Amino acid sequence: MLKHESIETNSALLIVLTLVAISIGGLVEIVPLHYIDSTVEEVKDPQTGLEMVRPYTPLEQRGRDIYVREGCYTCHSQMIRPFRDEDLRYGHYSLGAESKYDHPFQWGSKRTGPDLARVGGKYSNEWHTQHLTAPRSVVPESIMPNYSWLATTPLDYSDIKERMIALKKVGVPYTLTKDEYAGWDEKKPGDQVVRHPGTVERFGEATANLLDINRAEQNIVAQAEKGNYDGNPELLSEMDALVAYLQVLGTMVDFTKFESDYFVQFR
Amino acid sequence: MAQSTQPIKDPLTGAETTGHVWDDTLQEFNNPLPRWWLYAFYGTIIFSIGYWILYPAWPFASSFTKGFNTVTYQTAEGQEKTTHWSMRALFAKDMQEGEFAVKQRQYLEKVAATPYDQIAQDPDMSAFVRSYGASVFNDNCAACHQAGGKGVLGKYPSLADNDWLWGGTADAVQHTITYGRNGFMPAFKETFNEEQLTQVSNYVLSLSGLPADADAAAKGERIFNTETGGCYYCHTKVGKGLQSQGAANLTDKVWTIATIDANAKPEDNLTKIKAVISNGVQRQMPVFGQRLNETEIKVLTNYVQQLSAQ
Repeated sequence: MLKHESIETNSALLIVLTLVAISIGGLVEIVPLHYIDSTVEEVKDPQTGLEMVRPYTPLEQRGRDIYVREGCYTCHSQMIRPFRDEDLRYGHYSLGAESKYDHPFQWGSKRTGPDLARVGGKYSNEWHTQHLTAPRSVVPESIMPNYSWLATTPLDYSDIKERMIALKKVGVPYTLTKDEYAGWDEKKPGDQVVRHPGTVERFGEATANLLDINRAEQNIVAQAEKGNYDGNPELLSEMDALVAYLQVLGTMVDFTKFESDYFVQFR
Repeated sequence: MAQSTQPIKDPLTGAETTGHVWDDTLQEFNNPLPRWWLYAFYGTIIFSIGYWILYPAWPFASSFTKGFNTVTYQTAEGQEKTTHWSMRALFAKDMQEGEFAVKQRQYLEKVAATPYDQIAQDPDMSAFVRSYGASVFNDNCAACHQAGGKGVLGKYPSLADNDWLWGGTADAVQHTITYGRNGFMPAFKETFNEEQLTQVSNYVLSLSGLPADADAAAKGERIFNTETGGCYYCHTKVGKGLQSQGAANLTDKVWTIATIDANAKPEDNLTKIKAVISNGVQRQMPVFGQRLNETEIKVLTNYVQQLSAQ
């Protein structure tokens, strides 16, 4: 009468069928998102045609690593939902495209502190440094811990190339070769030419130079010197990297270049 | 374990069992789910079919079924659009047609259309500016300028006094918020020797009527007002400061960088002034023109001016 007796008495079969049953939910809900075109919006500058969302520069990427290391995500989300109250407080709702180079993404599900998806440019570098060192000196009611060592700890970027290569393997368009940088034409049978765009075509030359793994170390030093994020030009500190990262969050897409409802079409 | 087409009953309780027996006597009873639960479960399956028809549901190839449910919304640009149901369309609708969005927009449009100096004369509009301005201020400005605009001495200027580095007129405040400011004074540690530093600092103290070495101050004035120091370029010869440069007025008793206290020992004040001149000043007010729209900045300007008027 009961067929499942033969399953229940065969542990190997039971394991296999259990895995099949529980993976259906995941397969149906997650896999399609990877091939539905509008999951990650195409966000190109209407005037220049360049992609607006770019991978992080090596300095920003190291800042992001520190953000993850210090567990900032446990209290701060990076995901503005499409609700009016969130828009009024934090700005335009987050796009899928805006975290496409995040591995892993920092959306989060709990806000003990405010959302940081668009914190870039909201405060000065000086404020960030002060706030990270001693949060209560600028926000008296804050319960955020002090991260005072960031400003005095030199940034270790000896392995930046390996880090970028690892990210490249999961799809972040950092470049190692001339072809990846400048693009290349593939000749197909029948005089067909397929163009593979390089980072110069996709992001513009200035950005493409920042995404070149071969120049990662010079780029880190140059960006930190130019930005002087922690206010101390003597030391390239972890603070420089973290503030550089915070200052770029949510600033890549200039929403003034699109109609107010442009991104509705992607859902 | 016997296979049977007849339900097996436990002889002791009369309950139906699944026929599974372990260790001679341990049996698995067959207790079916309550009927109401089962029918509710079937109900959810039927519900989901309706849901699939109305809402975006099934993925296929590079797209998905959009469903027959639609959302019609007005864009901020004034067009009416209809699309399949989506959170983003609902959001666009709520931003334009939501109960509170409409109420708020009526006020904001009124504020936008009213000349700046007449806002205060309308108590209703003025109350709106106070409450809306406070929430915009707390979200965007209070992290530096603090609640009530009291500022942080040495770091972020107070907005609650009536002393302005970049000008306190509505136009100037609006410009500051929209485009941001870069406060900059060069560091003089390479330019001045210790003696000159002391002399200029004494002069700066004397400008605001604080105890200072008169002899050194006189020498300091010559450095201040000549090419040696060139301080007068921005602070002017009388020390009142050019607002176009964001240069502080040194003749008043308001201090934004050094924590100067009239009751403190003159040497302490001198040390603090020397530190400022020696290290220079670099302060930045971020650009808010991209984050806030024109009307929000107008409300904020009005709010900031109310803070200083109190």
